[in-house]
Amino acid sequence: MSERAAKITPADSEEEADDQITDSAAPDAATEVDEDADTTSAPTPVTTGAESVVRALENAGVEYAFGVQGGAIMPVYDALYDSDITHVTMAHEQGASHAADAYGIVSGEPGVCLATSGPGATNLVTGIADADMDSDPMVALTGQVPTEFVGNDAFQETDTTGVTTPVTKDNTFSSDPDRVGSDVSEAFALAREGRPGPTLVDLPKDVTKAETDREPDAPKTPDTYHVQERADSEIVADAAERIENADRPVMLLGGGVIKGEASEACREFAIEHEIPVITTMPGIGSFPEDHELSMEMAGMHGTGYANMAITHCDTMLAIGTRFDDRLTGGIETFAPDAEVIHVDIDPAEISKNIHADYPLVGDAETVVGQLSEAVETSPAAKKWRVQCQQWKSDYSMAYDAPEDRPVQPEFVVEALDEATADDTIVTTGVGQHQMWACQYWTYTEPRTWVSSHGLGTMGYGLPAAIGARLAADDDQDVVCIDGDGSFLMTLQGLSVAVRENLDITVAVLNNEYIGMVRQWQDAFFEGRHSASNYNWMPEFDKLAEAFGAAGFRIDEYDDVADTIEEALDYDGPSVIDVHIDPQANVYPMVPSGGDNGQFALEDDHL
Amino acid sequence: MITYEFRKSKLSRLHTNHEVVRVKRGLDGPAPEERPTPDGRRNKQGIRIDPEVEAKHEPRRTVISALVTHEPGVLSDVSGLFSRRQFNIESLTVGPTEDDERARITVVVEEPDPGIDQIKKQLRKLVPVISVRELEPDAMRRELALVKVTADEPAQVNAVADMYDATTVDSSPETATFEITGSRQKIEAAIETFGQFGVREISRTGTTALARGTEDTAAPVSATESAADGANQDGTYTQTADDD
Ligand SMILES: Cc1ncc(C[n+]2csc(CCOP(=O)(O)OP(=O)(O)O)c2C)c(N)n1
Ligand SMILES: [Mg+2]
Repeated sequence: MSERAAKITPADSEEEADDQITDSAAPDAATEVDEDADTTSAPTPVTTGAESVVRALENAGVEYAFGVQGGAIMPVYDALYDSDITHVTMAHEQGASHAADAYGIVSGEPGVCLATSGPGATNLVTGIADADMDSDPMVALTGQVPTEFVGNDAFQETDTTGVTTPVTKDNTFSSDPDRVGSDVSEAFALAREGRPGPTLVDLPKDVTKAETDREPDAPKTPDTYHVQERADSEIVADAAERIENADRPVMLLGGGVIKGEASEACREFAIEHEIPVITTMPGIGSFPEDHELSMEMAGMHGTGYANMAITHCDTMLAIGTRFDDRLTGGIETFAPDAEVIHVDIDPAEISKNIHADYPLVGDAETVVGQLSEAVETSPAAKKWRVQCQQWKSDYSMAYDAPEDRPVQPEFVVEALDEATADDTIVTTGVGQHQMWACQYWTYTEPRTWVSSHGLGTMGYGLPAAIGARLAADDDQDVVCIDGDGSFLMTLQGLSVAVRENLDITVAVLNNEYIGMVRQWQDAFFEGRHSASNYNWMPEFDKLAEAFGAAGFRIDEYDDVADTIEEALDYDGPSVIDVHIDPQANVYPMVPSGGDNGQFALEDDHL
Repeated sequence: MITYEFRKSKLSRLHTNHEVVRVKRGLDGPAPEERPTPDGRRNKQGIRIDPEVEAKHEPRRTVISALVTHEPGVLSDVSGLFSRRQFNIESLTVGPTEDDERARITVVVEEPDPGIDQIKKQLRKLVPVISVRELEPDAMRRELALVKVTADEPAQVNAVADMYDATTVDSSPETATFEITGSRQKIEAAIETFGQFGVREISRTGTTALARGTEDTAAPVSATESAADGANQDGTYTQTADDD
């Protein structure tokens, strides 16, 4: 006994080690205030690097920051103590980065997340990579070991800028106390300007502790960073002519339309020229799906009519999309008859995956404005529009919901949509439930669809709902449509939602399966369910209650409407464990690399 | 009890007297083989092509020069970009320039045209990159190699060195080390010729390059500009046989 006890390290040894390292590095910052400074109207002058960092956040208008404390980031947290910025302590740093990402999507301004060095920083990486893939504005601030220890494998040292270079728009190791605030300002400017994305500033503890009276510069992108606002007017004129003469035009709206605040302009353009509109998944919400011209989403699980229209169009006005493979399917068969007019703010997206016949580099709203002016006559495409409507009825999304089978997931999504207002924000995990949430919820407004598109991160839904909740208007509902597997990955976030009393409703479409994988195994691996059947799941309603949230359960059609109503009415976080048909599959489906026009509508088509 | 209007559900319970609906996983609609198909096709690069003639873009070797801010991490940003996006590079060199705050990175790549275009655009996107240009075929390109050969036959070794204007950097009873400067072809030819004596070690710098005459090697370009634009028309210099 005693021998064993002697070997046990003190419980606080980690903190001690942490302190040893960090405290020896920099002299304690003196709090000497410059007597001459004009403090009448301006806020208190900064005295340390950390205060300068927080000042940069304040100057950028930050209201919320999501993060987790730790040794190397402590000086920054100490400076936050006196700030009006509300810090939301998350249960896990991954949640902090997803919450910041969702905050950025909903508000349009960079979401902020903080973490300590080492594991704090690496835990942020998934959310940073997610924001990078989806071009969401985000600023991540990470603590780092003091500069003199960098490179020595010090306690909780990770080469954070090295790890995050491939998944950030830009990152900086901030080594100068006089510059550290300005580095954060610059990170803000870069995160939101041009094509948005995540930026990261790595903050060594000695730098944030060091004395400085340098206020941060105003947010400004570096001189080497250029954004083109207006597209080449000659190409605009050619593209306009192409649109005027189109027989089978479509507009394809991507996430860039929403980020570029071009939804309104695109809506007007489409309606004026009566052009059918298709969206990508990140483009959901850029055009009202209940409008006659809406063909909804195309791609792997897009509607049959969107995939028919995209395959047969002769002119495609694509705006703010990077032609991801989940959208295009096989490149060879993607819109093979279409001349492509590609509007994007990032020149590197032009002709990256799909050749642009009319490359229009510029800001989406500005370029759509240019096109509106240049297009004089609407295309004579009556026949095509009739064809599109025909496809809408040929390939209707109507699903069977036999009462003697378990509840169908589509029904639950429709019921949630019915029970909530149009401006309700939907977040999701990744899997089948995410696709049903795309297909069976009717989105009508931008910034109401909050999901992990490019990275496809299970576990995104709940932390995203937390971030979305804080960015949304108070009277807007936030609903997370989650999968059982996805929910399990980040459900510790419920502790945050309860503590902060955030009014969100999580509907777990529980099939006790890694459903999307199970569907693929049935289609492509002879039904061999290797590691896709959970077989056992905790009772999510009870789990929610243990966290202090309201828990509900749905097993039958009769429960659906009332339970949803009750959960939505609950003022605070609620979780509905919806036991859906475990055999339900997502259709239509284009197998990866397949021909969009050959989407499968049922198992036999694969 | 709350009742909703469902747009897409065919829930049988909405009718009091429901028949058993067949259990099917999926949706109704014409099967894939019953649908019309378009005539066209694209190639792997996403370019519309005549389905009869499958145009192929052959890789070509070219030099891309980038002017960057001289700060830590730029080289790893650039090399990371190349590995991440699987661009084929032959060599990459970096060094200071006339301006202390700027460095020049010279990359020799071998890619088909769309790939070269992507390389330039992706490089331009990196924040510390100031400007990027693909150099004309007549640009000045030079490489330096150190070649250590077995010097059992000093006279013959020196004769080969003379052939390639190689300078002796070091000699010992068993070895002679030469410095050769010139185009890639010249260096490769020299190495091959030295091979007869036994090459013990080689170190090459990779190609560095500048545009000819008054032409800027990497001047800021507009965002839409893609290829190496316009020809080098300075005309004051005649291409030498050494040039790559
Ligand atoms: C972090 C992460 N790990 C693994 C995957 C691979 N994956 C994609 S969908 C899926 C199943 C998700 O299960 P669930 O959340 O229950 O959703 P369902 O498909 O059942 O609706 C998995 C494992 C992923 N997308 N993300
Ligand atoms: Mg599941």
